[in-house]
Amino acid sequence: MIRARGLGRRFGAKRVLRDLDLDVPAGGFLLVTGPNGSGKSTFLALVAGLLAPTEGEIEVGVDRGGIGYLAHEPLVYRELTALENLDLYGRLYHVRERREQIGALLERFGLWEARHERVGAFSRGMEQRLALCRTLLHGPELLLLDEPYSGLDAGAVELVDALFAELADERTVLVASHDPERIRARASQELVLA
Amino acid sequence: MTYFADVAALARKDLLLELRSRDTLPAMLLFVVSALVVFHFALPSDASATASTGLLWIALLFTALLGLARAFVAEREQRVLDGLVLAPCDRSAIWLAKALGVLAFLGIAELVALPAYHVFFAPVGWELVAALALADLGLAAVGTLLAAMAAASRARELLLPLLFLPLVIPVVVGGVGATVADDPGRYLAFLGLYDVIFVILSWASFEYVVSE
Repeated sequence: MIRARGLGRRFGAKRVLRDLDLDVPAGGFLLVTGPNGSGKSTFLALVAGLLAPTEGEIEVGVDRGGIGYLAHEPLVYRELTALENLDLYGRLYHVRERREQIGALLERFGLWEARHERVGAFSRGMEQRLALCRTLLHGPELLLLDEPYSGLDAGAVELVDALFAELADERTVLVASHDPERIRARASQELVLA
Repeated sequence: MTYFADVAALARKDLLLELRSRDTLPAMLLFVVSALVVFHFALPSDASATASTGLLWIALLFTALLGLARAFVAEREQRVLDGLVLAPCDRSAIWLAKALGVLAFLGIAELVALPAYHVFFAPVGWELVAALALADLGLAAVGTLLAAMAAASRARELLLPLLFLPLVIPVVVGGVGATVADDPGRYLAFLGLYDVIFVILSWASFEYVVSE
């Protein structure tokens, strides 16, 4: 599913990633760990195609419509409601039975009651739950999750755990985390960035 | 048809954002009327029609710049552009939807500006209306592309006018020419040609502007 050879990325004079060789098979679960600034988010952005490598090459065996990308920011409009944001993404990803899918995700992540509220009024945890809904809405084959537990309360953390258990072996999952203990048991591979 | 459905979804979102925030269109309307009032008092009473036409075009150009500066604010603040770029739709749909929004805002600003121009300066002829319609298309096409480029830059407030103003000089030449010349047809054709070239160029190059 993912093949990287000599992968590197610079931002000006600063080299964030260097000489990375990696293979992740379809259905694999890669845990990406490392301290702040080690290039975890950069690596996920390279896989998503949001950044281009400055050295080496990366091949991803799925087109961009098959990628679900959870970033640090929720990638939603603060002036729109949760429902309007998901509806927009559902239309752009041409999701079948869009309304039903959106409703099910909002229910699952505990946002149904807040579906008509503007995202600008959401707490950090609610934003993260909405971001997870956005990431999963189109049923992506490849999930790129950057700090998925960030800002979540205990209940939502369990939801994410249940999600990982459900996705195991079905989807290819890459999770970046600076606190990997919760995820390590599920991972089939681990990439430690320094 | 999917392409136009994507454009419609994105344009609807832009309209909704403006209805909620109301921070672009009211500013454009206030600016264009204020500029015309200032020009009215700045221009000598015996000034020619050519001078007042030129000032109208300057006011409209800077009004467009004001709108364009805010065109990608919502996408930039939350990095939403990354989310849109990852969607499987044609990326030019993002440009087209945004350009349609800019075009609509410019049209509304002109609906207010033209009566004000009529009151302060001179009657509004069909040549001016035709020239504005053609100019708006070019301004929206080029401006939206440049606004997306500027949004990705740290010096965006400087970059947008520095790129936009030189590129729309032909619009001013064509617009003023169509309004004051004896034969407006030549200038209107020139504006039409500018539109065709820059709409195609902007549409085709947006993909590269939003990709690394």
